[in-house]
Amino acid sequence: MAETVEIRWHGRGGQGTVTAAKVLADACLSGGRHVQAFPEYGPERAGAPLRAYNRVASKELRMHCPVLEPDVVTVVDATLLDSINVAEGAKENTAFVINTSKSPGEVRAKLNAGPKQRVVTVDATKIALDCFGRAMPNSPMLGAVCKVTGLISIDHLLEDVRKSFGKKFSQKIIDGNLEATKRGYEEVKEG
Amino acid sequence: MKAKGWKDLPPGAVVLEGGSAARFKTGSWRAFRPVWKEENCIQCLFCWIYCPDMSVPVNDGKRGEFDYNYCKGCGICALECPGKKGQKAIVMVEEGK
Amino acid sequence: MAKVVAVTGNEACANALRQVNPDVCGIYPITPQTDMMQRFASYIADGKVDTESILVESEHSSMSACIGASAAGGRVVTATSSQGLALMWEMLHIASSDRLPIIMPVVNRALSGPLNIHGDHSDAMGARDTGWIQIWSENGQEAYDNTIQAFRIGEHMDIRLPVMVCLDGFIISHSIERMEYLEDQEVRDFVGPFKNFLPLLDIDKPKSYGPLILTDLYHEYKRAQHEVMTKVKDVVLDVAKDFEKLSGRKYGIFETYRLEDADIAIVILNSAAGTTKDVIDEFRDKGIKAGLLKPRLFRPFPFDEIAEALKHLKAVCVMDRADSFGSYGPLFMEVASALYPLEKKPLLMNKIYGLGGRDYLPSHAAQVISELHESAKSDRINTRKEYIGVRE
Repeated sequence: MAETVEIRWHGRGGQGTVTAAKVLADACLSGGRHVQAFPEYGPERAGAPLRAYNRVASKELRMHCPVLEPDVVTVVDATLLDSINVAEGAKENTAFVINTSKSPGEVRAKLNAGPKQRVVTVDATKIALDCFGRAMPNSPMLGAVCKVTGLISIDHLLEDVRKSFGKKFSQKIIDGNLEATKRGYEEVKEG
Repeated sequence: MKAKGWKDLPPGAVVLEGGSAARFKTGSWRAFRPVWKEENCIQCLFCWIYCPDMSVPVNDGKRGEFDYNYCKGCGICALECPGKKGQKAIVMVEEGK
Repeated sequence: MAKVVAVTGNEACANALRQVNPDVCGIYPITPQTDMMQRFASYIADGKVDTESILVESEHSSMSACIGASAAGGRVVTATSSQGLALMWEMLHIASSDRLPIIMPVVNRALSGPLNIHGDHSDAMGARDTGWIQIWSENGQEAYDNTIQAFRIGEHMDIRLPVMVCLDGFIISHSIERMEYLEDQEVRDFVGPFKNFLPLLDIDKPKSYGPLILTDLYHEYKRAQHEVMTKVKDVVLDVAKDFEKLSGRKYGIFETYRLEDADIAIVILNSAAGTTKDVIDEFRDKGIKAGLLKPRLFRPFPFDEIAEALKHLKAVCVMDRADSFGSYGPLFMEVASALYPLEKKPLLMNKIYGLGGRDYLPSHAAQVISELHESAKSDRINTRKEYIGVRE
C-alpha cells in the first residue's frame, strides 16, 4: 500500500455515499492504520450532488482539508458524469470506480481517461435492487472499492458492513447488503 | 472597619454565611420615621408583613417598638396600618423634628 | 487499555462526557454541536450516565441553569457553538466570576451575519475576555483528551474556573478519524470524584452567590480573578503530565513542530495546524527551515513561554480564523504582545484565512511559507495584515 490512499466519493443525497465512506474508514482501521472519512457539508437534501472523502494511511493523518488529488474517484451515481467533472485533480494513475451498466470502455472514452488511469465499472444499482429491492448502491460500491484498492480483505469488509448496518436495519436488509457488497466486489469490470 | 484588599476576599464574591444582612444597618437612610402609637394598635401585624426589612420585631404574636436600625422610612407600614376607629397606630414624622 | 475507534470529534467529546459521568448537563441544540448533545442525551436516556439533563429554551438559559447547578454543588457540563455561545455571553462572565468550574466543549463556528454554519473561530474569540479558560484542539483525539483534562484543570482547588474546549466545526466535529479511547474506569479515576468548594446546597453552612458589589470592592474582585488565571498554566502542565502517564499522549501549553532550528514559522490554531505541518515537511525537504507553533492554552495566554519559543526566528506569520475588524486578528494581537518586550524580535505578519468554513488548503500554507522565506531574506514584510484565499 502507498503511504496514503486518498479517495473521493461522488454521489447524490440519499444514496448512502457518506455512510459508505464511514464504513470504509472503520474497516480500514485494522493493522494500526490511520483513517479519515468526512463529507463536504452543504444544504443536505435528497438528490443533491455531494462529495465525501476518505484518507487511509500508515502514518498519522494531519491534513484537514478536502482530497484535492484523489488516488481513487468513486462515482455512486453515473448521471453525475454528465453534470460535474469527476476527474478534477485526478492523478496520472488515479482509479475511477463507476456505478453504471455501461462497459468500462464506454466510460473510459467518456472520461477521456489516460493510459495509466484505471477505469472500473460495476452495475451497483442493479445489484442493490436484486439483493434488497432498493436503489441504494452504496454497499456494492463499497465491495467494488475494496476490490480495486485492496485496502482490506472482502471478509473483513463484510464483517464491518454487518456491524455498521446491524445497528439500524432488520436482518433481511443486513443480509441483502452483505450479498450486495460481495457481488459488488465480484462483479467489477475493468477496461 | 478597614476595607479589604483583593487578597482577603472570598472566592467568587460568595457570601459565606447566612443572615449577614442583619449587619447591614440602613436606618441612617431615613428622612421620615414611623412612630408607633400603641393605643391605636389592634395587633393585626400588617406592618410586620409589609415591612420590606426587619424593622418590626414581634414577640409572642405581638409587635413591639420599631427597630430603627433597619428602617429606611419607606412608610409602607403607616400606609397599610388600619388603626382603630379611624386613628392610625403608625404615623410618619420627619426626622430631626 | 486503549480502544482504537474511528469516530467524529462530536462523538469523541460526547463519549468523554459519558465517561466522566457529570451530575448535570444543560442541553440546547445548535449546529454543529447538536450531534454531541444529542448523543449525550441518548446516554442519559439509556441510563448510561447518572446525569440530570436540563432541557432549556435557549443557550442563555442553558448557561444560567449550569450556573445554578454548579453553585448548588454539582459537576456540570454543556456544549455550544456560534450564536449559542454569543447568546450565553453575559452568563459566561457570571460563571467565571462566581468561580464555577463548568466544562463546555465549543464546536467553533462562524457568527452571523451572513448566516453561516461552518467552522471558524469568531465565536470563541468573541468569548476570550469572559474569564473562561480556553483550550484549543487540533483534531478529535485532542478534543477528547482536552475534554477529560478540562475537568481536572477547572475543578482544581486553586483554580475553580469554567473551561471551554474548542474544536473546529465540521472539519473536526463531523469528520471521522482514528482515535484512541481510554477505558471508562481510567477516565473516572483520572478525573476523580467531584470536590465541592462552596456549595449552596450545604444547608448547614448557608451562603449567597452573586451579591451586589459596587465601587468599594469590584475592582479588588477583578484583581483577584486575574490572579487565579496566573495559576492556570502550572495546573494545565501538571494535569498534562498525569494524562501522559495514563495515555502516552503528551500535551503542553502549546505545541511546537520543527520550530527549534527554524528560521521562519507559522502560528496557527486547531485543525489548520495539521495541514500546515504536512506543508512544512515539504518545505523542509527543499531546505527551507520552516516551523510551527500551535497554541493549546489560549486563555490564559502564555506570553513569556511563547515569546521564548519564537524569539530566535527571522519572520513569523500569525494566522487567524477570525478577525477583529479594524484591528488585527485576535491571535496576532496576543503574539504581538508576547513579542513586544523582546529586544530583537522576528518580523511579524498577520493572515486571515478560512472564515465561514472556507477550506484552508496546503497551497495557502505554501503561499505563506514562501512569503515568510522571502521576508526573512529581505528583512522586510510586504503587508502587516492580509486576507488569504479570498477572491478579488
